[in-house]
Amino acid sequence: MLEIRNLHARIVDDGTEIIRGLNLTVKAGEVAAIMGPNGSGKSTLSYILAGREDYEVTEGEILYNGQSILEMDPAERATAGIFLAFQYPMEIPGVATMEFLKVAMNEQRKARGEEPLKIPEFLKRVKDAAALLDMDMAMLKRPLNVGFSGGEKKRAEILQMKLLEPKLCVLDETDSGLDIDALKIVSEGVNALRAPDRAIVIITHYQRLLQYIVPDSVHVLYRGQVVKSGDKSLALDLEANGYAGVIGQAA
Amino acid sequence: MPAVQDTIDRVRKIDVDQYKYGFQTEIAMDKAPKGLSEDIIRFISAKKDEPSWMLEWRLEAYRRWVTLDEPKWARVHYPKIDFQDLYYYAAPKSTPGPTSLSDVDPELLRVYEKLGIPLKEQEILAGVQKTDVSEFEEASDNVYKSGRVAVDAVFDSVSVVTTFKKELAQAGVIFCSISEAIREHPELVKKYLGSVVPTSDNFYATLNSAVFTDGSFVFVPKGVRCPMELSTYFRMNEKNTGQFERTLIIAEEGAYVSYLEGCTAPQRDENQLHAAVVELIALDDAEIKYSTVQNWYPGDAEGKGGIYNFVTKRGDCRGDRSKISWTQVETGSAITWKYPSCILRGDDSSGEFYSIAVSNGYQQVDSGTKMIHLGKNTSSRIISKGIAAGFSQNTYRGQVSAHRKATNARNFTNCDSLLIGDQCGAHTVPYMEAKNATAQFEHEATTSKISEDQKFYVMQRGIPEEEAIALIVNGFVKDVIQQLPMEFAVEAQKLIGISLEGSVG
Ligand SMILES: Nc1ncnc2c1ncn2[C@@H]1O[C@H](COP(=O)(O)OP(=O)(O)OP(=O)(O)O)[C@@H](O)[C@H]1O
Ligand SMILES: [Mg+2]
Repeated sequence: MLEIRNLHARIVDDGTEIIRGLNLTVKAGEVAAIMGPNGSGKSTLSYILAGREDYEVTEGEILYNGQSILEMDPAERATAGIFLAFQYPMEIPGVATMEFLKVAMNEQRKARGEEPLKIPEFLKRVKDAAALLDMDMAMLKRPLNVGFSGGEKKRAEILQMKLLEPKLCVLDETDSGLDIDALKIVSEGVNALRAPDRAIVIITHYQRLLQYIVPDSVHVLYRGQVVKSGDKSLALDLEANGYAGVIGQAA
Repeated sequence: MPAVQDTIDRVRKIDVDQYKYGFQTEIAMDKAPKGLSEDIIRFISAKKDEPSWMLEWRLEAYRRWVTLDEPKWARVHYPKIDFQDLYYYAAPKSTPGPTSLSDVDPELLRVYEKLGIPLKEQEILAGVQKTDVSEFEEASDNVYKSGRVAVDAVFDSVSVVTTFKKELAQAGVIFCSISEAIREHPELVKKYLGSVVPTSDNFYATLNSAVFTDGSFVFVPKGVRCPMELSTYFRMNEKNTGQFERTLIIAEEGAYVSYLEGCTAPQRDENQLHAAVVELIALDDAEIKYSTVQNWYPGDAEGKGGIYNFVTKRGDCRGDRSKISWTQVETGSAITWKYPSCILRGDDSSGEFYSIAVSNGYQQVDSGTKMIHLGKNTSSRIISKGIAAGFSQNTYRGQVSAHRKATNARNFTNCDSLLIGDQCGAHTVPYMEAKNATAQFEHEATTSKISEDQKFYVMQRGIPEEEAIALIVNGFVKDVIQQLPMEFAVEAQKLIGISLEGSVG
């Protein structure tokens, strides 16, 4: 589903290269975990997948279902099924969360040539998804992410993901800032999305999340490259021994 | 107005240049020769069957106007207007005066249909749309339960048709064209016309006093809550016709009225001058809410053409505990020069000004308000949201003053500006003057640029760039949009989106 080949990318403003020859393949139905020390380029990778303009791809390819996505803008990629749950979700003052959800869902439908959702159907979907994530409907009247606690923002990201039904889900540190109960609820929400035609990429620092969402593969990112890949046991190994061993091998 | 969704969809399809309302109607016009003189004023007055006192009033204004110079202090630039090169009177030939719907030129009705004005009563009844996520939006207190709107449509200079008149009459409310009011209710017009904006007030107001051709008149008697929203659609159609409306709204003791003004005009090459005067009078415990959505032709992509909009709007809180509230959404015109103001004369009276001014292309907006505190314990509130895109210049100009007898005058002002791109400008020019030591004035101002982070986040959810910007901008102006009656709010939001089209590469 996702194939990244020898990707090089730099910051447009100052030319600093952040992604330096990265290779990664994630198949449909797969859950892949990406780990790696702070500053290794995990969030940057997720932004590049989503099409952020601050980064420029200088070499390599990103193939999604066999097609290059490099020429597509963020909205086109989203409509094609790529979703990014942000490490730091943005606040959108004055735009009620409900309103935002409706616009996003209907814009994606429009791009696919579908009719906008009827209000009762829309409300039903939102209520169901919010209930699963144990979110209060009252919160959805508030402007998106404005004044939301860290955990509430993360839940709101997963709510959007559920409602938009993407095919490639990238979750950037969705577990950070969640309390133990919330971690379980959110994990269940993500697990419910596991499907043969969907790939999920989870960026995390902690093995704990991977106990709830068991990955099929684990990849270690360091200085803009995948330096080691393995199965779920790799995460346990990192938890016990830190990155030193893995990084040492790469260096 | 409430045909909202439809209006936008239909008008979008018309798509002339950037301006979506740019179509012109072929209707025979009856007009005065070009230029301005005492004879022209006599012609207008005679056309309207006016009593002689009205003609005298006009002539006096005209004689004063010829001695005045155009004001120069606003941050707007335009070639000198040749006032002798304009027509001051144009009326659709087929309508000698207000008639019933069946008498109206079908071509006119088609124009209104294109604009989505609910002229037919059943359309009005069916036309009110709640915002989609209605379950989650608390209905604003100001929305009438019946959700009906009475429309007084002005086609160039003559009021074509007035709906719901009978029902209003039952409540004792007078809602008609100013021309009709001059003929039918001369005592009220004599008493109030020019009592808030005197004929000598300023260059444009004086011109308007001399040549105004039509506009609306509203009178809500003591203790009456007007049973529906009153709405006027102004529309300029004939080439080179300056349009000079005159609106007068009076709310007697304890009365309440909400008035909506919406404007669209077809596309023009030549600039069209527009100089309206609006006067509001609120007696003891009365409340007037005046909302405007203005989307006249702003000019083409190079800044050619467009409406010059020089308006004088003023409300007089004449009675104790009276309240006047202005809400405006300004998206059109090449030049906007407009400062809806409140004179807080009565004790405990209050004034409000909520404004959204969007400028794109080469538009120039110089708008704001004046809050003049004269009575005791008066309060005022100003919320202004300016959005500048393209090569436009957007200025907020506000004046808050407290007279020396105005003990405990309070004002809160908040001016936020949002810039889209780096070729445009936003300016804030506040004047504050308190001659009474007990006055409390508070002023906040911010200027920000639309953030790339926000835009990326919104687009990541599948919302295309222009829609993403419209969404963020509509969030930015939410506080003001909420002040609009609900059916107006939806249209206003769409208009903001439309007027920002092309603001990004
Ligand atoms: N727009 C930018 N301008 C300057 N530096 C940047 C920018 N984007 C990324 N970087 C730098 O690139 C490196 C990778 O950052 P990134 O956020 O991708 O790391 P990360 O792996 O997600 O780290 P963490 O685990 O702390 O979230 C960091 O050194 C960061 O400072
Ligand atoms: Mg990160």
